[in-house]
Amino acid sequence: MNIRYFAWVRERVGKEEETLELPADVKTVADLISHLKGLDDYHAAAFEEEDAIRVALDQEHVEADAELGSAREVAFFPPMTGG
Amino acid sequence: MPVKPRIVVQADDFSAQDEARLLTEGRKDVGALVTFTGLCRDEAGTLSALELEHYPGMAEAELTRIAEQAIERWPLTGLTVIHRFGKIPPGENIVLVIAASSHRRAAFEAADFLMDYLKTRAPFWKKEHLVTGGESEWVEARDCDDKDAARWT
Repeated sequence: MNIRYFAWVRERVGKEEETLELPADVKTVADLISHLKGLDDYHAAAFEEEDAIRVALDQEHVEADAELGSAREVAFFPPMTGG
Repeated sequence: MPVKPRIVVQADDFSAQDEARLLTEGRKDVGALVTFTGLCRDEAGTLSALELEHYPGMAEAELTRIAEQAIERWPLTGLTVIHRFGKIPPGENIVLVIAASSHRRAAFEAADFLMDYLKTRAPFWKKEHLVTGGESEWVEARDCDDKDAARWT
């Protein structure tokens, strides 16, 4: 799965995107966050304030309980501050 | 025929006048045009620039989804949304929303709705660059923006 990061989430992870093979038990966005947190210190720091992070699946906003299903791209970012 | 919104995400500046003309030229059914322009302010001289990061693809898609909601909700004759990205110095434009309708209420409300939803849902993030050259900081989302957006539900 292609994973993209934006704003301070991107800075903390230290990369804009990565492609990961996910274990079969990673089924929801929340599962994915737990998995990413365990990868290394950078991911752990990025997802430390888990509640502050927003998620999009295939470029649509979703909540943490959303099923990853057949989505090709997931993105993590802080609350938006455009306009 | 449903109105098709004009959605643009670009680094370059825009002309609110030119965009307004596109929504009125050659038409006789437009009675109201509301134009909102958001600019970069210097925060009492402390800010040297705002850097706007965006999620290419989703930014356009989300702005289109918000615009389509506005078109469903109000009888608009046209709707334009332009959002810039990249480094923007104080005094320059950031965002443009123009709502056109036969009557003013729909145009006012649609433009207001668009901005409230855009601020809380369109994937853009601002980073402040300071005049002092001190460390740049990400702008934090404000609760009042969520409250503004909740007015429409």
